[in-house]
Amino acid sequence: MSQPIIELRDVVRRYAGEPPVEALARIHLRVMPGELVAVTGASGSGKSTLLHIVGTLERPTSGSVRIAGAETSVMSDGDVSGFRAGRLGFVFQQFFLLDGLSVVDNVAMGLLYRGLDGASRRRFAMAAIERVGLTHRARHHPPQLSGGERQRTAIARAILGRPDVVLADEPTGNLDSATGASIVDLLIELNRDGTTVLVITHSAQVAAAARRRIELKDGHIEFDSAEPSYA
Amino acid sequence: MREPSRLRASDLVSLASLGLRMRRLRAGLSALGISIGIAAIVGVLGITQSSQSNLLAEIDRLGTNLLTVENGHAITGEEANLPTTAPAMIGHMPAVEHVAATALLQGSVYRTNAVPSYESGGIGVRATDLALLPTLDGTLIHGTFLNSATSHYPVVVLGFDAARYLGIDRLDQPTRIWIDRRWFAVAGIMDRLPLAPEIDESVMIGWPYAQSALHFNGFPTRIFVRASTSQVVQVVSLLAATANPQSPEQVVVSRPSDALTARLEVQNASTSLIIGLGAVALLVGGVGIANVMFVSVLERRSEIGLRRALGATRRHIAAQFLAEALLLSAIGGSAGVLCGVFATAGYATWQGWSILIPPLSIWAALTAALLIGAVAGLYPAIRAARLSPTEALRST
Repeated sequence: MSQPIIELRDVVRRYAGEPPVEALARIHLRVMPGELVAVTGASGSGKSTLLHIVGTLERPTSGSVRIAGAETSVMSDGDVSGFRAGRLGFVFQQFFLLDGLSVVDNVAMGLLYRGLDGASRRRFAMAAIERVGLTHRARHHPPQLSGGERQRTAIARAILGRPDVVLADEPTGNLDSATGASIVDLLIELNRDGTTVLVITHSAQVAAAARRRIELKDGHIEFDSAEPSYA
Repeated sequence: MREPSRLRASDLVSLASLGLRMRRLRAGLSALGISIGIAAIVGVLGITQSSQSNLLAEIDRLGTNLLTVENGHAITGEEANLPTTAPAMIGHMPAVEHVAATALLQGSVYRTNAVPSYESGGIGVRATDLALLPTLDGTLIHGTFLNSATSHYPVVVLGFDAARYLGIDRLDQPTRIWIDRRWFAVAGIMDRLPLAPEIDESVMIGWPYAQSALHFNGFPTRIFVRASTSQVVQVVSLLAATANPQSPEQVVVSRPSDALTARLEVQNASTSLIIGLGAVALLVGGVGIANVMFVSVLERRSEIGLRRALGATRRHIAAQFLAEALLLSAIGGSAGVLCGVFATAGYATWQGWSILIPPLSIWAALTAALLIGAVAGLYPAIRAARLSPTEALRST
């Protein structure tokens, strides 16, 4: 059996405060390569913290985080940044596109911190744009795009570096349901091509589309549809 | 298995310019502060340098080795007498090249005998020896100077201003003027002597004629000395005792070129003042840049979060904002240098000076602008780098 691509053991994330807030309480999670996992849960259940920890944007207070076989919780800032640049792709609810850049340049930013020259970055970017079906919009700027097109641009940016894992934080949260559905289809298609996708969502539509669903409550995994086969 | 995060230097430059292009007006305004400071510094340095080079050229042309010796002033304000032996004694000093004795005489000068006696015009009558012309390195614009023959007769040479006052601007006709109830033939008109304005305002008559016809007692009142350039200082220190050994303390030795040198120093003093003001403008410009960078970091938190998610290290984020501040100050500095250079070129051309912009001032100004940009950008850049990625992403 192959190694898990994401493996969290005893992960605790506590935020200082009065009283301290435990966003994640002793989380165990294993995700195998090629899975599409939907994480649901009420607001404040720890979904975003889980995504940030898996995405190495945040370190756990205690516990072990292994992504693609590497223990990321002990890496230096330089190493963990390089790891993100090479192994992970992010899709956010707010898209986070730069209005001053065209679609192709926004997408090419996905390879900016990999040391590639601009021409190669643009070439790869055009391929990714084609994959999300936005070739006709490549020279346009984000304010000229619809919400769905913006999210497609962001997805193209996330998949540009052929990441092992794509982490999506409410990717359909700012979209109407028809557009959201097309974004979900795109994520499913990505997953079908072998990319592991972890998507945080409030949407039943997205959760239903995922083969595995995890529900968080108060920092615990309340439900995992893959239990007991993976856990 | 380490795949370091890397950012190319060329990408850093385009990142910095992107940041500024996205906020053009704000970037332009904050660069303006730096521009004004740099333009003031470069312009003032260029204009004073051009003017000083003009002055220096004038000093060079006139020489700094002309000295005048007086015996103080009489109570009435007229020049006091020096001993009759003074010119000869001074002439014996080894480093003295020329000596010319002059004596201011009583007497008023009129264009003709029909001019009322009270309209004397303040022109002095000066008995002079024949060495005056070589000593002052003077030239005549019309006619000739006195010679050993004409100095025995009622013949006069006009100083530049005296000739203008008398309305005499050419000598193609025999010309006479009226001094002390006597006609004098005008032999020549001298060109302007910037180092001896008292000669410009005088009419010169021969020493022997003054003694024989005008009751001149033969005491010189002002002696001009041309010393060897390398030994001017030694000559100055010995002149008083040589000219008047009995009471050297009365003797006043002066160096007319000092007045020009003093003008240089006055310029230097005002230059420092304006450069000081330029430095203040530069400092205010720096504060403006720091302010803009802080606002920029606050506004672009989500961009910072995104970049961290895409693999930027803390250093990359700091470098991006620092490069933006540096680019901003470099643009401001370059614009300021251009303005300063144009101002200098315009002013110098208008004044008829040669244009002289010290290259050091340009480099120093640009370095100062970059340094200010670096200092102003450093703290905002560090703040941006310290922002945790999740905090940055949460902020929208």
